[in-house]
Amino acid sequence: MNMMTEAAVEKALDQRMNDLSYKMIGKDVSVYYGEKRALFDVNLNVRQNTVTALIGPSGCGKSTFLRTLNRMNDTIDSCRVTGRITLDGDDIYDPAIDVVELRARVGMVFQKPNPFPKSIYENISYGPRIHGLARSKTDMDQIVEASLQRAGLWNEVKDRLQESGTGLSGGQQQRLCIARAIAVSPEVILMDEPCSALDPIATAKVEELIHELRSNYTIVIVTHSMQQAARVSQRTAMFHLGQLVEENDTDKMFTNPDDQRTQDYIMGRFG
Amino acid sequence: MSSHIMSAFDEELKYLNRRISEMGGLAEQMCADAVHALVNGDSALAQKVISDDVILDNAEREIQEKAIVTIAKRQPMAADLREIIGTLRIAADLERVGDLGKNNAKRVIAVQGTGVPRKLARGLEHLSELALVQLKEVLDVFANRSAQKAEAIRQRDEEIDAMYTSLFRELLTYMMEDPRNITTCTHLLFCAKNIERIGDHATNIAETIYYIATGAQPQGERPKDDSSNTLGAVVE
Ligand SMILES: Nc1ncnc2c1ncn2[C@@H]1O[C@H](COP(=O)(O)OP(=O)(O)OP(=O)(O)O)[C@@H](O)[C@H]1O
Ligand SMILES: [Mg+2]
Repeated sequence: MNMMTEAAVEKALDQRMNDLSYKMIGKDVSVYYGEKRALFDVNLNVRQNTVTALIGPSGCGKSTFLRTLNRMNDTIDSCRVTGRITLDGDDIYDPAIDVVELRARVGMVFQKPNPFPKSIYENISYGPRIHGLARSKTDMDQIVEASLQRAGLWNEVKDRLQESGTGLSGGQQQRLCIARAIAVSPEVILMDEPCSALDPIATAKVEELIHELRSNYTIVIVTHSMQQAARVSQRTAMFHLGQLVEENDTDKMFTNPDDQRTQDYIMGRFG
Repeated sequence: MSSHIMSAFDEELKYLNRRISEMGGLAEQMCADAVHALVNGDSALAQKVISDDVILDNAEREIQEKAIVTIAKRQPMAADLREIIGTLRIAADLERVGDLGKNNAKRVIAVQGTGVPRKLARGLEHLSELALVQLKEVLDVFANRSAQKAEAIRQRDEEIDAMYTSLFRELLTYMMEDPRNITTCTHLLFCAKNIERIGDHATNIAETIYYIATGAQPQGERPKDDSSNTLGAVVE
């Protein structure tokens, strides 16, 4: 073997190692809503045990991209996704994939809180029950308490677990949805502006939770708060008019971004 | 760069810039006046320099307070953040320049007895001119944010250091020739050192401007040609 091929082999190995450190890989992802194209050949990889923030002006396609990562777009009739998205190397759009199982591995917290019209307890226990994660009532009680604890909601609801989840305030409902998402121990958590309805204290709790979750989970978060993106994420991706314009280390992104559109956007300047 | 959507933010940044330019102008004037007062034994001018320093101190404090409020209120990012942090650093450098000018002014009385020998006066004036050109240019670069020019100014600090070393040598010679010169020469030595440090602050400012403009620190060691720390060996 000569030097060249050896180097080539090494490079291929490096590439392989690199791919392994990505929990999810998005390649040439495009999304159409009927005739309208919302995403243009997005290439974005999500690193394992990392918080990736998606930023960009309203309507640029952040939520659309986020939804492609657990096939939430399947629920929108007019929506069509092209390109390739993998989770641990497996194509998640493969017809053989069980979507319910996929969504247990890639959980989601939506922009608007959407608790089930059921009790607080059932909101949390539903997922673990259908995925068979609890062997007994005690097991389940533990999962419910731990999930609510981590979402910073336990103290507020521990005496009213049987009351309806929809009877909570907006901010409490959002934390309930976060508790619900983490109750099934997903590998990846997608969050779409999880704090938009929260006060600063609840926001800080959610950010602390994200920080904590990072060591075991992979998180992708859409946020309109540049400070939040700077605080919680290690990587940041900037979308603009359906295109990914820059992806960088968060520290670099907020001190010295490469792309002019990122500059203008994060500094609140006219583009 | 394009304007902010919040125009009040632009106004705040403009205000900080204007205050820096004012501080720079005053600091420059103080340093020139101090050397003038020194070589002409003008104690009234020296007194003015000393009282001007209060204005400079207040300006730095005001810039600091305004910058902190802007950071808290606007949560600046990227170039905006670098600019505000840079402003704070430059204000601190200019405040130090003012202190050095004041320190020179304070020595006017001390050297009045003997006066400043013509040759040394010329050396001091020359050193001061170099440092002030440096300071003036760096303030111009602050106004137009040219990273390239900031880098060029940084390279020139060498000249001042070389000039300082030669003046240092000359002062030593005077002291050895006649011990009665020692008091005056010692004061002048401090003055020369102060002026050399004014050049250093101008260089700091050039580096800050470079950082504001590019987001990167200038590459490589700062050029140095100050060999006065080994000059004792020359006297042996
Ligand atoms: N269900 C839908 N049907 C048709 N068009 C849609 C649908 N959802 C999103 N779009 C369009 O796709 C584009 C991207 O929308 P998306 O919701 O991904 O933006 P976003 O970046 O999340 O914005 P925001 O910050 O306001 O939440 C927009 O032009 C939007 O109008
Ligand atoms: Mg959205």
